[in-house]
Amino acid sequence: MEFFSALADHAFLQYALVGGLLASIGCGVIGSYVVVKRIGFLAGGISHSVLGGMGIAFFFGLSPLGGALVAAIASALLIGWVRLTWREQEDTLIGTLWAVGMAIGILFIAKTPGYSVNLLSYLFGNILMINPDAIWMMVGMDLVILLTVLFCYQQFLAVSFDEEFARLRGVPVTFFYLLLLCMVAVTVVLLIQVVGLILVIALLTLPAAIASHYVHSMGKMMLLATLLGMTFTLVGLALSYGPDLPAGATIILVAGVTYIFSLFATTLQKRKVMRRQLQQAMK
Amino acid sequence: MSSVVSVNDVTFSYSGPKVLDRVSLEIQEREFLGLVGPNAGGKSTLLKMMLGLLKPLAGEVRVLGRRPEQSCRQVGYVPQYPLFNREFPISVEQTVLMGRLGTAGLFGGYSGRDRAIARQAMIETETHELAGRQLCTLSGGQLQRVLMARALACEPQILMLDEPTANIDMRVETEIFDLLKKLNSRMTIIVVSHDVGFISGYVGRVACLNQTLVCHPTAAIDGDTIRGLYEADVKMVEHHHH
Repeated sequence: MEFFSALADHAFLQYALVGGLLASIGCGVIGSYVVVKRIGFLAGGISHSVLGGMGIAFFFGLSPLGGALVAAIASALLIGWVRLTWREQEDTLIGTLWAVGMAIGILFIAKTPGYSVNLLSYLFGNILMINPDAIWMMVGMDLVILLTVLFCYQQFLAVSFDEEFARLRGVPVTFFYLLLLCMVAVTVVLLIQVVGLILVIALLTLPAAIASHYVHSMGKMMLLATLLGMTFTLVGLALSYGPDLPAGATIILVAGVTYIFSLFATTLQKRKVMRRQLQQAMK
Repeated sequence: MSSVVSVNDVTFSYSGPKVLDRVSLEIQEREFLGLVGPNAGGKSTLLKMMLGLLKPLAGEVRVLGRRPEQSCRQVGYVPQYPLFNREFPISVEQTVLMGRLGTAGLFGGYSGRDRAIARQAMIETETHELAGRQLCTLSGGQLQRVLMARALACEPQILMLDEPTANIDMRVETEIFDLLKKLNSRMTIIVVSHDVGFISGYVGRVACLNQTLVCHPTAAIDGDTIRGLYEADVKMVEHHHH
């Protein structure tokens, strides 16, 4: 295929592919927590409000990705605090942070003097712009995620599974909960380069959600979700290359279509098994 | 015999009418206490206060001579409606091991000793054969036993259960209370239930809670006490009782 011969010739495609594969690691590992703990909405709030930090960084001539990282962590802590303190107004407040973050970002970008940045590449990503610096940053973020999960595996599991029980056992639930949200924040920044901050939520949840159809342990789910994420990035990138489609959007479409097929297939399979059991019971 | 739980003049409300009104209760070591009363009578609220999950508006709760949030690690808790997602990808063994959390350091995994204790708890609740099964494949009765194993893995001095048999059939209910009776030889047991008739065959004392609290030795429960407690619900309760 055209893509693979081009891959050998063009360094920018190689960087794009390596970046996509690196992002898949974070999205598989942390995405599994997002799916089992059902915090997709929180993750959405974190990823969208990141635009605020990127806009401010851009206005002051700093690195937008650095701004994104700071904004993502701040937003994760803020959203975590909202969720722990004002549970009743949780969704309104997170929705507010979501929109206010984006509004701040748009204002700062609009008022940045000189050449106006391509807003679309922040919102929808531009995987072809990944350079060696960004790759090293992604390696660093993957290491932070993997080491944190390795050291806190049981604690993250306990906090995701049953917060109340973990608290009774003397586990500092608030600390681990906020740490987990910070890992979500790091993953969001990792993924922004690949698919942009609007589409992040899809890559954060879809591979893990598909994995949960087939495997039933946290470790296996992380592994399968990572492999799926890598496949989606590779396939999406390859499909988008020929007709010159936006890579981020193509990757998301591949993931979304796979998810829907997987959901139908597993639901049909479950029904079949149940019908068979029912028939056997009737005999 | 010393008092392991002491509730002193406790009042509580969830931003509305009083749920508990000046409730006092002393629970002795190795006691098997049934906490009964109508729905919304404050049973689970009182239990959550003994666990330190809720704080009284007035009055004081002491467990094992300390504040509940300090002593909660000596307490095994079996919640009524488990808060977790039933589809959570976790095995029975991993669930039971959670009872060992907080015994080692802040980070890291479980020790061999933790695994041995969890194993023992699974044998005691007859869930060891389910160890590798996923939680989502269990029946209601099996899940209840697994949650009991998780509580026993805490090596508790006091076991607190909130409606442990709410959603399971009578046969399993009897098995679970037989197990509690056996466990009572080494720990204090406090069980919340709405079914006075059933538990009176097992518990040593019944505390009847409907905003205020009245205690009865099991033998003294009769139609009048139940009538006084449930008021309008008398017929249904008497049906249970016979």
